Amino acid sequence: MITLTVNGTRRSFDGDPTMPLLWYLRDELALTGTKYGCGIAQCGACTVHVAGRPARACQLKMETLQGAVVTTIEGLHPTGQHPLQEAWREIDVPQCGFCQPGQIMQAAGLLKNKPKPTDQDIDTAMNGHICRCGTYPRIRAAIKAAAEKQS
Amino acid sequence: MSALFGKHGKHGKHGKHGKHERHESRLPWVSSNTTPESDELVDSGRRSALKILGLGGLVLAVGPGGVRRLDAAALTAADPWNPHVYVKIADDGIVTILCHRSEMGQGIRTTMPMIIADEMEADWSNCRVEQADGEEKYGSQNTDGSTSIRAFLPQYREAGATVRALMEDAAAKEWGVAATEVKAEQHEVVHTATGRRKSFGSLVASARTMAMPARERLRIKSPAERRWQGKAMRSIDLVPVTTGKAVYGADVILPGMKVAMVVRPPVWGSKVVSVDDSAALKVPGVEKVVRIPESPIPGAFLPLGGVAVVAKNTWAAIRGREALKVTWDAGPHATYESKAYKAELEASVAKPGAPGYRTGDVAAALASGARTVKASYYMPHLSHAQMEPVAAIANVSNGKVEAWAPTQSPFDARNTLAQYLKVEPANVTVHVTLLGGAFGRKSKPDFVCEAAFLSREVGAPVRVQWTREDDVRNSYYHSVAAHRLEASLDASGKVTGWLHRSAYPTISSVFAPNLPGPTPDELINGASDVPWDIPNMSVEVCPAVAHVRIGWFRSVNAIHHGFAIGSFVDELAQAAGKDSAEFLLQLIGRDRVVDQSKNGMVEPPKDYYGAAWTDYPLDTVRAKNVVRTVMEKSGWGTKLPRGRGRGIAVHRSFLSYVAMVVEVEVLPDGTVLVPKATVAVDAGFVANPDRAKSQMEGALIMAMSNTLHSEISFAQGRVVQSNYRDYQVARMRAAPRTVDVHILQNEGMPGGIGEPGVPPACGAIANAIFAATGVRVRELPVGRQLAGWSTRATEDGSS
Repeated sequence: MITLTVNGTRRSFDGDPTMPLLWYLRDELALTGTKYGCGIAQCGACTVHVAGRPARACQLKMETLQGAVVTTIEGLHPTGQHPLQEAWREIDVPQCGFCQPGQIMQAAGLLKNKPKPTDQDIDTAMNGHICRCGTYPRIRAAIKAAAEKQS
Repeated sequence: MSALFGKHGKHGKHGKHGKHERHESRLPWVSSNTTPESDELVDSGRRSALKILGLGGLVLAVGPGGVRRLDAAALTAADPWNPHVYVKIADDGIVTILCHRSEMGQGIRTTMPMIIADEMEADWSNCRVEQADGEEKYGSQNTDGSTSIRAFLPQYREAGATVRALMEDAAAKEWGVAATEVKAEQHEVVHTATGRRKSFGSLVASARTMAMPARERLRIKSPAERRWQGKAMRSIDLVPVTTGKAVYGADVILPGMKVAMVVRPPVWGSKVVSVDDSAALKVPGVEKVVRIPESPIPGAFLPLGGVAVVAKNTWAAIRGREALKVTWDAGPHATYESKAYKAELEASVAKPGAPGYRTGDVAAALASGARTVKASYYMPHLSHAQMEPVAAIANVSNGKVEAWAPTQSPFDARNTLAQYLKVEPANVTVHVTLLGGAFGRKSKPDFVCEAAFLSREVGAPVRVQWTREDDVRNSYYHSVAAHRLEASLDASGKVTGWLHRSAYPTISSVFAPNLPGPTPDELINGASDVPWDIPNMSVEVCPAVAHVRIGWFRSVNAIHHGFAIGSFVDELAQAAGKDSAEFLLQLIGRDRVVDQSKNGMVEPPKDYYGAAWTDYPLDTVRAKNVVRTVMEKSGWGTKLPRGRGRGIAVHRSFLSYVAMVVEVEVLPDGTVLVPKATVAVDAGFVANPDRAKSQMEGALIMAMSNTLHSEISFAQGRVVQSNYRDYQVARMRAAPRTVDVHILQNEGMPGGIGEPGVPPACGAIANAIFAATGVRVRELPVGRQLAGWSTRATEDGSS
């Protein structure tokens, strides 16, 4: 039996210990904001926070998450008003929107460590995320706008 | 069906007022309990509209010939009228608009209601959108060909103007004043003289029984009266999208739902020889292994077939499929090798093809030119690689099929499901979720059929989940293409002759077996309709047989047309010793408006991107304007350091004119970055300029993937690539620092927006690379071709 905390709620899991966190979140908890895009940590669509740091949920087996504290896009902010979420709306970043939860979770991790990221910081932190619609310039702008607002 | 670049002509639950309450329900469709059971006279299409919109209130439908009020008694199943647009005002004033087009990032769920609400004089915060199911009655719902606004703008406007007139009439009647004395204003009608006001909601009861306003009386807003059209509107789904609550295909969860993974043929047309499912069935959570019969190729939209592992959850299905042993026969296309096929295509374009456009005597011109330039270009297959791998949910019970899918074409999905499962279309319901990217992939409902087939076999709701590997290896691919261009220049550098031949397997090959190749009709996707002023031209297509499923991919043939033509024009400018931009302007030539179907086009198809040729003549002033705009705004002509360069291209496709200047920085290791791009678009009237800008930004970045990174290749009939690791696409680091988009707004007939940005970007990127490095890339992707460029000798620019 694995126990962990997801978005502030204690959960226990006694299924296949090799199941990736991604499928646990989506299939068992119906937290479908965490997306499947590639399954091999190439696209970032499944990014969540584990112990406050961005992590690819497709790569984390449940057996490694005993006692872990997991935050998904649904739990990033109680009312969905994290500065990044606000900036994303202000700049109208999304097109199809599918990759955006992962992008926002990654950016939230970045801003936690670097409240005033440079272009280079943003590129490095976000390069592991694919947006096939091509919203990269707006993602950059939204991260900067959120950083500005926070400071 | 026109299989060219679209099939035109073929056929959240909300709280009361809160802006942030949309999409709160996970399954608005399932919870909907508003079927007008008593209303047997209403045919199924309108019944489904009423089901989604709910009973009561005032419902108007707009279709060919005008607007009607949807009162059940007046509508019978025998009435052939097909409305596309439905608008409802409830008694509390809440406006609900049924969106009949699929949302895949282009913003239609915002732009469509925005136009209607603007014309209605509705208050935007009181407007809601519901997604329509797949129904014949909505007309073509096929969200492709950049058609959503250009095909429906007049109807959206008429819908809104009708509601506005009806509200004004109702208020005037209640007040006993002339309709000319009242005016709708933000969800109310005002009596101008006295300032009295009545809300839209309070007028619904009167409006329900009044005479409908005559069509001649309708007044579409003048530009000055518009509140949002042509200006800006924030996207409607931003809150659910940014909080993870938006519902895409795989996010639909039904009680008791199983999850299936399918092993599909590794080679187009190969068949299962044997299945050993003993290990798969031992995987905990795996419940059943099911054979899906292989559909005879070419197969159109039908599933490929194969072997499915049905499990209680996704991970069990993945592990079960890994444990499944399937052997396949070689299949009829096991000899498909991309390298050899490239040589075949090049041999094909070495010989004359079928002409789509012919004027003057090109052979004589080429023979007598002061100079001739020849070049060949190649572009590989591409896969859409939309972020959401296809997935669909279906529940088949009691002969009824209900499906949820991220589909671009719910109507095609419905009919294909009916055909595949041998049931009446009336017994098939297709609900449209949000699409996590589509780019043409999701216009084919093969995956929806898989889900329904499996649901029927296992007697439970099933989600079919494709992995990224499935998506890369079993897609409908963008055509591989070879081009050969040859031109003559006179002594002054003016182009006198233009011979363009191309060969590529055609999309039609998935609908008809053994097609020898494309038809000249396919050239009107930006090759036979180029805006050049050249007296002797021949534009031809040459044979190419398909060995894999070919399908629409954003911009379709215009991608390789744009790359080849855009590059070749730049090569001609070099040969003529002229500035590339000035050369483009000269090539477009004198001011003229031309019905291109009457101007050298050989047997032109009846329509032009689904529109009348006469509605969209070539206007060279517009083509030159977009070029001049990007010249002016990009700093064209100013010097850049070695390793940096600008490229320019202009292309007309999907009835819009787009020019781009792309500035690249090529690092010594060959990495291409894009510091800046300047885009000018003339798409006639642009309803939602910010979404149009975002489409141009995205088109440029998709063109970066197409030109710099992406390639699907085949060895022994199998796709070589598997995931984003080896099927690479543009990422943040290389993405443009600045994309400066200029929408040349006007009141002209609207053109497409989603697609026409890609083709000129492909050419402009290649031209910028040449300007930066002196290396002319004629085979895509660029990949590692530029590594060490700075230490190599510069090429001369022609071959």
